[in-house]
Amino acid sequence: MNLQADASRNGGPAGAPVSKSDLDSIVVRFAGDSGDGVQMLGSQFSQETALAGNSLATFPDFPAEIRAPTGTTYGVSAFQINFGSRVVKTAGDQPDVLVALNPAALMVNYKGLRKGGLVILDQGAFKEKDIKRAGFTVDPRTDGTLKEFRVLEIDISAQTLEVAKPFGVTQKEALRAKNLWTLGLVSWMYDREMNSTMEYLTRKFGADDAVGKANVAALKAGHAYGETHELSGDVAPITMPSVKVEPGVYRLVSGAEALSWGLAAGAQLAGLETVLASYPITPSSPILHILAKLKQFGITTFQAEDEIAACCAAIGASYAGKLGITASSGPGIALKTEAIGLAISTELPLIIVDTQRGGPSTGLPTKTEQSDLFIAVWGRNGDAPIPVIASKSPGDCFEVAIEAVRLATKYMTPVMLLSDGYIANAAEPWLIPSMKDYKPFPVKFHEDVEGFHPFKRDPHTLARVWAKPGTPGLMHRIGGIEKDYNSGNISYDPANHQKMTDTRAAKIDNIANDIPEQDVAVGDTKGKLAVVGWGSTFGPINRAVHNMREKEGLDVSHIHIRHIWPLPRNLGQLLKSYEKVLVAEMNNGQMLTFLKSQFLVDAKGLLKVSGQPLKIEEVSSAIRSMLGSN
Amino acid sequence: MNVTVQPDKLTAKDFASDQEVRWCPGCGDYAILKAMHKSLADMGARPENTVFISGIGCSSRFPYYMATYGFHTIHGRAPAIATGVKLARPELDVWVVTGDGDALSIGGNHLFHALRRNVDLNILLFNNEIYGLTKGQYSPTSRVGQRSPSTPMGSVDSPAEACTYALGCGARFIARGIDVQAKELDVLFRRAREHKGASFVEIIQNCIVYNDAVFESFTAKDVAADMQLHVKHGQPMLYGKDRNKGLRFNPQTFKIETVVVGENGVTEKDILVHDETNRVLASLLVALRPPNAPEVLGVIYCDPAAQSYEVAVKAQEAQAKAKGPGDLDKLMRAGNTWSVT
Ligand code: SF4
Repeated sequence: MNLQADASRNGGPAGAPVSKSDLDSIVVRFAGDSGDGVQMLGSQFSQETALAGNSLATFPDFPAEIRAPTGTTYGVSAFQINFGSRVVKTAGDQPDVLVALNPAALMVNYKGLRKGGLVILDQGAFKEKDIKRAGFTVDPRTDGTLKEFRVLEIDISAQTLEVAKPFGVTQKEALRAKNLWTLGLVSWMYDREMNSTMEYLTRKFGADDAVGKANVAALKAGHAYGETHELSGDVAPITMPSVKVEPGVYRLVSGAEALSWGLAAGAQLAGLETVLASYPITPSSPILHILAKLKQFGITTFQAEDEIAACCAAIGASYAGKLGITASSGPGIALKTEAIGLAISTELPLIIVDTQRGGPSTGLPTKTEQSDLFIAVWGRNGDAPIPVIASKSPGDCFEVAIEAVRLATKYMTPVMLLSDGYIANAAEPWLIPSMKDYKPFPVKFHEDVEGFHPFKRDPHTLARVWAKPGTPGLMHRIGGIEKDYNSGNISYDPANHQKMTDTRAAKIDNIANDIPEQDVAVGDTKGKLAVVGWGSTFGPINRAVHNMREKEGLDVSHIHIRHIWPLPRNLGQLLKSYEKVLVAEMNNGQMLTFLKSQFLVDAKGLLKVSGQPLKIEEVSSAIRSMLGSN
Repeated sequence: MNVTVQPDKLTAKDFASDQEVRWCPGCGDYAILKAMHKSLADMGARPENTVFISGIGCSSRFPYYMATYGFHTIHGRAPAIATGVKLARPELDVWVVTGDGDALSIGGNHLFHALRRNVDLNILLFNNEIYGLTKGQYSPTSRVGQRSPSTPMGSVDSPAEACTYALGCGARFIARGIDVQAKELDVLFRRAREHKGASFVEIIQNCIVYNDAVFESFTAKDVAADMQLHVKHGQPMLYGKDRNKGLRFNPQTFKIETVVVGENGVTEKDILVHDETNRVLASLLVALRPPNAPEVLGVIYCDPAAQSYEVAVKAQEAQAKAKGPGDLDKLMRAGNTWSVT
């Protein structure tokens, strides 16, 4: 039986309120209506926090509706940030501070708050009808709903209106500055410099724009409010010391950015120009947006008429001698399936990025999940293996994208790169890499007429030659029909089909010799328990395993798989050196089933599909229960 | 004496691949293939710069029989793959070979967008009004009542008209030919290739096995002259054995009607003169179908846009590159960064 992750659990392991001075990290959750500008508030606060030298991780959590009706719970947008003076690995299990800009935001989020945590409310948004609309029968501020928390009520709406109105903006425009007023207050609480936000506002609105000025005024007013109202106790300002990290130049990076830049970097290392063909889909679209602005890098972007056309255009580009890339999410990947098969059959390089989201079907478009592992590894007609690799964090997307390009071009194969909605949107401080530290892997197009046929293979990699149209003397025809091993011509010969199927499989299997052996992220190479993860669950698993080893002395290790197909050649052996194996993932047991099928290991699963990232405490309690220590 | 040396003048044979052609004996595809071999040689095309891309179906085997570059892809998707090829390598001469099922059923969407975007492709749709490769089911161009394994009592849905569809999609080059009319096809291939932007050519193709003689009403020897109108830009639209039949525009009904010069007071002055740049005229011409009117053949519409899609895309890229090549190290360090020492 697998262990259940309980996403709604309340009350942390320690139970009692933690005094501020003890904290080496703080989790703040901003929540409001989807029109309240919560995502901007959160990302600007993240930026300020990063510039202050703290470690951080963020979790933007927004609804699928662009603008749901005001004041409803399903229209609540939230942004969570965990920052600290030690290395932060997740966006935090439980917020210490909840900023609720309306009753609905409180309704959705207060249960997740740490007992003893702080709630900051916009009093002005707590009109009776708003409270009812959020689903409270009585005012939660008066009936004891919030009795386990400390509550700070400020009429943020009124305060914002007062400072913003004089700039000659409309009532609506003035009120929309309340996210900046709030940012000002929180910036004061955590001793943040607001310069980067001011610059952002000037960039966005221009120096003379009335709305821009109103926003700047609101920001400053929020900060001043903190200073002059002598907020005390837990609300008193604190300074979080900066984290000790490797020296270098840092920036905040989201998974979508790092992935896009990684693709550009990979193409550069391969010496290729690229064509990215995509169709808009949440949460993958940012990759298309980012690369559309990088034309000077020899990147052509193409918004295709549908997912199938996107994949086909990318294949056409690869056929023509550029690197074809297509990026999508679950439903789009399903549509691309037949075309991916064509690229496998014709042995053309192709990068398929799958930013996974909740499924099946439309599922939960804006929520994260890891449930496309099966479709990535096995989801095609015929025997159709391709390399599959997964990124573990926003910054890691850069490395994984380069690796995907390397494998695709070296082995003439499509490569599936798995990211997810959490990684794509979350931001983390990132030690900016230097291109000179990466070894180029230039592609050599075939030009030799002697003995040429399109399926002539490199004896070591088994990759076929890449001969591009325009090359004299190498005219050839390829297609999805089975090809003769020795000539590349159409062949229906039974023995040849066996041979070609075996060759395609061997080519991909052989990649196991060209990727690193599986390492152990935390802990020993043998012992009582290994927690196995892949993709974006790296943070919570890593922190939980650390904690369990250090604080509770448990014999547990963390193994995180990047290369999902082929698997690292030592993985089977490694897993067998632990008494127990726990696979923690955000799906109904796909990696679990996969590892069982590959290695016959008797693994258990910690499985969660709530659209929310795995929590440290969920992993910790699963570890305790596996090791019988609770 | 000044001799211009043409290093290797190619012949039709140079465009034929070494693969054995496997269409049914008597299939109309043979004639089209032969015409293409010869046309390309005559046009001075280079095999290494020519790419044939197809989907799935009898016609889609075409690339295998060309000594050019070729890509036999998946059902309906050839225009999408060809778009990718053209975006990557605008200098290549890209031909799409497709059929009525491939282009108008499973691939209708891709055909629409390739035409709308005006990608510089030469799209040849072999229309035989049937699914040949899957053994004879009715197709989206089959006429109502078509009996087939999937419609034993006759089909009940209205057919699509390929050229009308292409025109509606925004195609700026539309032509129609018949498989066995090599001379005429040669002109169409040439014009399609010269046209910058998406060129759409419907080729009436006889499937001798599953839909033989379905075009007899205008292809049969005895009726051909009276049922085929070969249009030429700037010339009156006259046809018939005696070249006395013609098309006349009736402003009262806003329709084109067939008339006979010398009958009912009709003179040659009444006959419409073909203007291939006139989209309204094109829309009336593609709607004429036998047996009530002649089949209109030739270049029906040709009105090139200022630039084709991939040219416009490349122009934007050139504009971006004019500011200097991309520098990833710089890009990643732009915006808010901080140093840890
Ligand atoms: S089935 Fe028809 S279209 Fe296909 S090859 Fe035979 S005759 Fe030609």
